[in-house]
Amino acid sequence: MKERLNPGAVADSPGSSKQNKTGSWRSFRPIVTDKCVGCGLCVQYCPEACIEIKDVKGKKTAVINYDFCKGCLICLGECPQKAIKSEREKK
Amino acid sequence: MRQTKKNVVEVSYAVAEAVKQCEPDVMAIYPITPQTHISEKLSQMAADGEVSAEKINVESEQSAISACIGAQAMGLRAYTATSSQGLALMHEILFIVSGMRLPIVMTVVNRSLSAPLSIWNDQQDSFSQRDTGWIQLYVENGQEAYDTQIQAFRIAQETNLPVMVCMDGFMLSHVYEPVEYLAQGHVNGFVPRYKPGYALNPDKPVTMGTLGTPHYYVQFRKQLQDALLASKKTIMDVNSGFRSSFGRGYGDGLIEEICMKATPPMKKGTSRKHALITIGSVTGTARDVACKEGLGIIRVRSLRPFPEEELRKACSGLDSVGVLEKDISLGANGSLFDEVKAALYSLRDGPVVSSFIAGIGGRDITMDDIRDVCTKIKAGREVREWVM
Repeated sequence: MKERLNPGAVADSPGSSKQNKTGSWRSFRPIVTDKCVGCGLCVQYCPEACIEIKDVKGKKTAVINYDFCKGCLICLGECPQKAIKSEREKK
Repeated sequence: MRQTKKNVVEVSYAVAEAVKQCEPDVMAIYPITPQTHISEKLSQMAADGEVSAEKINVESEQSAISACIGAQAMGLRAYTATSSQGLALMHEILFIVSGMRLPIVMTVVNRSLSAPLSIWNDQQDSFSQRDTGWIQLYVENGQEAYDTQIQAFRIAQETNLPVMVCMDGFMLSHVYEPVEYLAQGHVNGFVPRYKPGYALNPDKPVTMGTLGTPHYYVQFRKQLQDALLASKKTIMDVNSGFRSSFGRGYGDGLIEEICMKATPPMKKGTSRKHALITIGSVTGTARDVACKEGLGIIRVRSLRPFPEEELRKACSGLDSVGVLEKDISLGANGSLFDEVKAALYSLRDGPVVSSFIAGIGGRDITMDDIRDVCTKIKAGREVREWVM
């Protein structure tokens, strides 16, 4: 494929960072457990903005988008309910 | 198409006039000796309403060049000027300007670098920035400083590359010389309005100089290198266009060959066997000495892009050349010497190349000094010397 290189390294299509899936960088995978009360604090702290509070089977809970989560585990540290655990990523 | 009168003017003021005539939108300049008179004059012009540009009084040279980036990225024409420590302070940002392909124009009034502290002229400051992806043009006299300043804006916007116009501090910046100004209409005709390829605009958002992962970074670097090499042609075309419009030109734009053809007392038809390679204002003194000593002069006007092929052509058939420069790449040699030598390496039976480091820290380069250098070049043995 011939790549288009705008002189000056100009990205002229906004939102293109979504194409760069950073999930592959992850060494540790945060996992939201049943203890989650959907308070949304992790949403505020997530530096990748990849956590959303969703309605799952009638219960509000944090849902992590693993396409972009880099596994920094800040959510795990900040969760007041200790509802997030982590596992080493299997590659 | 020659026009207007000759002015006897301080060269810094002539440069300020050229900048004014090119109608920049933003001038972000931090004053530093010996660039100060350019900065002062442009401030005066802005205060008097002679120039519509916004003059930003920044707190450092790093801020000056950064403000220029912002302005140029908005699609405006930006200008700055500096010297010595100021240029060194800009170093980090210079790569960003060229990497983002922003055609900012800067005048560098050449001054030595501390320590020991010196305000006097040599060319270590801009020579040490030659790897930053900027075009670097070195001028010989006041008229060329004025003309090149105007050419620089056009070269920059035609190539999307930033341009440094380098002129010797004090030796050139503070002397009075006769300089012929162009009429405003002619400058406007020669330097058309800047039309950016990309500009920051909320209606059509872009990111400039975005993250370059290893896969992309190398491609952008190659693209920049190709653009710099291709800019040779633009520099030559702008020089010849200027010559045909206004009757003044400087060699082929990249190098200038001076008395390389035989003149008396040499026999007609015989060609030079020796040449002095110079850069900047010292060429003026060399003109009065080298030709009489039987040497030709090759003046390098464009250090970046480096006129490799042009130098090879000019030096082919010579027995010996000597590079006279106000620069030292500490721990190696004079940079111009190293680069000339590398360029001539592939010549079959190329000339002996000698190095003369002179004028460091504002030392005078006298006619006697140059005569002595000429004698050593004619002897045909390679020497590496400091003239001091």
